[in-house]
Amino acid sequence: MTTEHISNGLIGASIRRVEDPLLITGKGCYVDDINLPGMLHLVVLRSLYPHAKIISIDTSAAKAIKGVVTVVTGAELPEHLNINAQVMFPGQKIPPHPVLARGAVHAPGTPVAAVVAESRAIAQDACNAIEVEYQALPSVQNAEDALKPGAPLAREELDNNICYTAVKKGGDVDKAFAQAEHIVRMHIVSPRQVALAIEPRGIAANPDPMGKSLTVWLSTQGPHRVRADLAGTLGMPENKIRLIAPDVGGGFGSKGPLYREDVLTCYFALKLRRPIKWIATRSDDFVTTIQGRDQAMTSELALKKDGTMLGLKVRVVANLGGYLQSSTAGPPQRMMAMAPGCYQIKDCHVEVVGVFTNTVPTGPYRGAGRPESVLNIERLIDKAAKDLGIDRLEIRRKNFIRPEQFPYKTGVGMEYDSGDYFKSLDKAMKLSNYQDLMRQRDERRARGEIVGVGVSTFVEPSGGAGFESGTVRIERSGDITVITGSSSHGQGHETVWAQIAAEMMKAPMDHVTVLHGDTYISQQGTGTFGSRSAVVGGGALATAAQRVIDKSKRIAAHLVEAAPEDMVQADGGFAVAGVPEKKVSWRQIAAAAYSGKIPQGMEIGLQETCFFDPRREAWGYGAHVCLVSIDRETGAPTIEKLVLVDDCGVLINPMIVEGQIHGGVAQGLGEALREQMIYAEDGQVLTGTLMNYAVMRAGDMPPLTLGETVTPNPFHPLGVKGVGEAGTNGAPPAVANAVMDALAPLGIDHIDMPYTAPKLWEAIRQAQSDRA
Amino acid sequence: MFPANFGYAAPRSVDEALQLLSKHGEEAKLLAGGHSLIPAMKLRLSSPRTLIDLGAVPGLRGVRLDGNTLAIGALTVHADVGSSDLVRKHLPGLAEAASVIGDVQVRNRGTIGGSVAHADPAADFPVILTALNATFVLQSTGGSRTVTADKFFVDYFTTAMEPNEILTEIIVPLPPAGTGTAYAKLAHPASGYVVVSAGAMITRQPSGSCTAARITIGGLGSGPVRAVASETELQGKALNAQNIAAAAAKAAEETDPDGDIYAGADYKRHMATVLARRAIEAAVKRAVT
Ligand SMILES: Cc1cc2nc3c(=O)[nH]c(=O)nc-3n(C[C@H](O)[C@H](O)[C@H](O)COP(=O)(O)OP(=O)(O)OC[C@H]3O[C@@H](n4cnc5c(N)ncnc54)[C@H](O)[C@@H]3O)c2cc1C
Repeated sequence: MTTEHISNGLIGASIRRVEDPLLITGKGCYVDDINLPGMLHLVVLRSLYPHAKIISIDTSAAKAIKGVVTVVTGAELPEHLNINAQVMFPGQKIPPHPVLARGAVHAPGTPVAAVVAESRAIAQDACNAIEVEYQALPSVQNAEDALKPGAPLAREELDNNICYTAVKKGGDVDKAFAQAEHIVRMHIVSPRQVALAIEPRGIAANPDPMGKSLTVWLSTQGPHRVRADLAGTLGMPENKIRLIAPDVGGGFGSKGPLYREDVLTCYFALKLRRPIKWIATRSDDFVTTIQGRDQAMTSELALKKDGTMLGLKVRVVANLGGYLQSSTAGPPQRMMAMAPGCYQIKDCHVEVVGVFTNTVPTGPYRGAGRPESVLNIERLIDKAAKDLGIDRLEIRRKNFIRPEQFPYKTGVGMEYDSGDYFKSLDKAMKLSNYQDLMRQRDERRARGEIVGVGVSTFVEPSGGAGFESGTVRIERSGDITVITGSSSHGQGHETVWAQIAAEMMKAPMDHVTVLHGDTYISQQGTGTFGSRSAVVGGGALATAAQRVIDKSKRIAAHLVEAAPEDMVQADGGFAVAGVPEKKVSWRQIAAAAYSGKIPQGMEIGLQETCFFDPRREAWGYGAHVCLVSIDRETGAPTIEKLVLVDDCGVLINPMIVEGQIHGGVAQGLGEALREQMIYAEDGQVLTGTLMNYAVMRAGDMPPLTLGETVTPNPFHPLGVKGVGEAGTNGAPPAVANAVMDALAPLGIDHIDMPYTAPKLWEAIRQAQSDRA
Repeated sequence: MFPANFGYAAPRSVDEALQLLSKHGEEAKLLAGGHSLIPAMKLRLSSPRTLIDLGAVPGLRGVRLDGNTLAIGALTVHADVGSSDLVRKHLPGLAEAASVIGDVQVRNRGTIGGSVAHADPAADFPVILTALNATFVLQSTGGSRTVTADKFFVDYFTTAMEPNEILTEIIVPLPPAGTGTAYAKLAHPASGYVVVSAGAMITRQPSGSCTAARITIGGLGSGPVRAVASETELQGKALNAQNIAAAAAKAAEETDPDGDIYAGADYKRHMATVLARRAIEAAVKRAVT
């Protein structure tokens, strides 16, 4: 696209987020702030069993409690009330996922009964009064165990625990392995993480008096997609549901799908013709909201002795949990697009096996398969360097896709748009003082300390999942309204979209109002996830804005009786080229557009909508460097330095980009150092509260050093690439490689994350006793 | 989550509180800072019929010098214990323990009496107060009695208190000249509670040898455990690095911890020796005569 505007410096400016004054003074409006007259409250009784038959449910005592409106079990609900997963792979199995268990439960936290009452406390009391008799069934928690012969069936309706198997081949992997001079083999497991949005899930639903339409407030990342799913399940026309995402306190992927409680709330609201609210407790959130990672990767990397990579085989065994949410099957498939990372490996074979277990369903969590893929190749390449005695930077540079090769078709058939991986690695070396770090490491090692340096170089694909929409409307006043289909749940769309529109239209930022998150206001949209909003939503907005500019230019020309070619954009509107005083303001243009003083044949009004689908992902990338020391006495790792160089193309708001990296790194360090959802052998949840699930807190963060390179995306109107998941992709393998580098002198080859102090202490002790 | 329904009373004096306590019996619970009790009620692990809130009872808050003891009111919040000049001057180990409890919110609400009465095996105060040889003042309608820390912590969440008693004060003897106190803790990364901790009170002669040692370990049993073997090992010895290490190496001898999902039993026992050494070293440094 050719935009002839003169920059007023808004794109690229670290503008403070316009959302924040409201949010940080506690004046936001979240779902739980929605209180309507006569509102009822839903509370759900959940199974503590991971896998059991329901023998009987006695709700009589619950029904007798004053203030209880209704108590319902799965058998009493219409059969069509199910969560429907998408078929993503041929042959994928989709076992039933009723909104209340019918006869059996397959994961801890499965709802078995629902209570609607006049208050949340009464509903909770009633839940406690329900008697359920279960018959425990054998259960399985680990995906690799679930594939073993004789493993318990997680879903007894099926003949094995495999949900799907998908394969991606590129080149001739057998030939590559036949030529190999060295083969690296690794088995790597990424720990299961909890998404843990600060605001747990929640929904409020208000039916119209006739019970024909519904207004829904939902803490969601994608109002339109979830509305379509909700309408499908309820059997209701989509456009009879107004779905509003009010202020949303984080999602990280977990607030993409439609959940059982969402359906229950709407079903009861329609049935009882009363507004109803359901708010997850933190405990609910731990056992019902999709969790992330939990993939076991078995890989072989074929190389020449000089470090040239020849071929790659990866087998992913992905833990999907006991039920499929709409997006559960998705994340593991990322390996099929990302296995070779930023390296030239033309011969690849990737197999992904999605496995049912009796655990909470998994799904997209910040990175959604990207961190697993990056971890896999970055551990492999470090191990290859170690085995072959080649410097880890040299082996990376040797295999990097070179700048002149872009757009580059990878061994698994993806086309990377642009990049200069050498440049970002160089920058990271410089920012980290790499040579000095290595010297420090060696000196400290000589003094008996356990110190390591780790590097990761990675790609971050962004902007997938189809279209996003954007509308730009010039109001009669000349003010600019932007409507995006990509609703924000903390990212700062209101700021960034206003920056883009204001810069393109050469208007002050406060003349722009950004609307989002309401299906009655915005055209169809997709949502915010997968680092996609700036890329796809930004692209839609830029295209729509350009269309408005093009039309406005003709109106402006008409008003001053000049030729459109002679008009140029000027502050606040247009002017005749070379005659700056011959100006037409947005207000004048708008007045003309709505009163019909426009060129003949032109349509009245000044509003354009674009449905933008880049049809290709944008491949951001980066290089991260980590210095870690491990206390020999306690095993505690300390990240002493973490340098993060990221390239997300053109930066619209560098401060927001930094915030995205900070947040992603925090979650990535959680994975690397402390977070893990653990199930006991009998399937009980052992880390179901914040007292035992060690989420990263602000005080746990090490100092970060950020840097950037800028490779504009050649296929995008604004030149941007996504960045939301860069921190979760690049930081954990940098830490993993640093920890393994630290432990290498002890003869330790690989340990899976998270690197807790007791785990590292145990490994060190083991290694020392092995040597003695 | 919501607690079950409960009644609430806010007495204005210890006597009134005691009366309410005997009236309601075991169906009632005293409420201090609420930072252990309320979470338990929300999870419905505890469902008292009545809460007797000690918050408005005067005279239970603050630290005062009483002869050669420090008397700490049961309702004194952790933050006030940690920042008290008297505590910092005479019992730096206690201030240290107070300042590593939970987070700022917890320290601003939770009370030393609540912590002691609750007797969580992963709590900090019981460990340091046992090392400091503290005494607890218990009042009932029948009068008052005192129990020493060594006898007070009976089992997991169980103390020597009777259900009709209120803990009103914690009495800590001022250590003799040449004594240092210290506390060292390995906090759980999620909860902030004790995984393992060590408290130490060490008296050293001008000559440099140890005349008295009280060393306690937390996290490895149902409550604080006296590291008797370490104490004995140190007795009469020069307080040098080697002897301290030898004593600390015995710190886990009286313990038999269970492993859990965060740390195995071996790690916990090992950490007891590490933290005991760190606590003893810090106490010795402070034991300047
Ligand atoms: C997030 C979090 C983190 C925490 N981390 C730590 C930590 O790292 N270390 C630590 O030691 N603690 C920790 N705690 C616990 C905290 O210190 C509590 O405040 C303390 O254990 C209990 O004190 P309270 O005043 O809140 O007592 P409450 O919760 O009000 O009461 C606890 C129990 O003691 C009884 N009780 C209270 N006062 C008296 C009294 N005067 N006489 C008789 N009985 C009484 C009550 O009836 C109740 O049974 C944490 C708590 C939270 C919520």
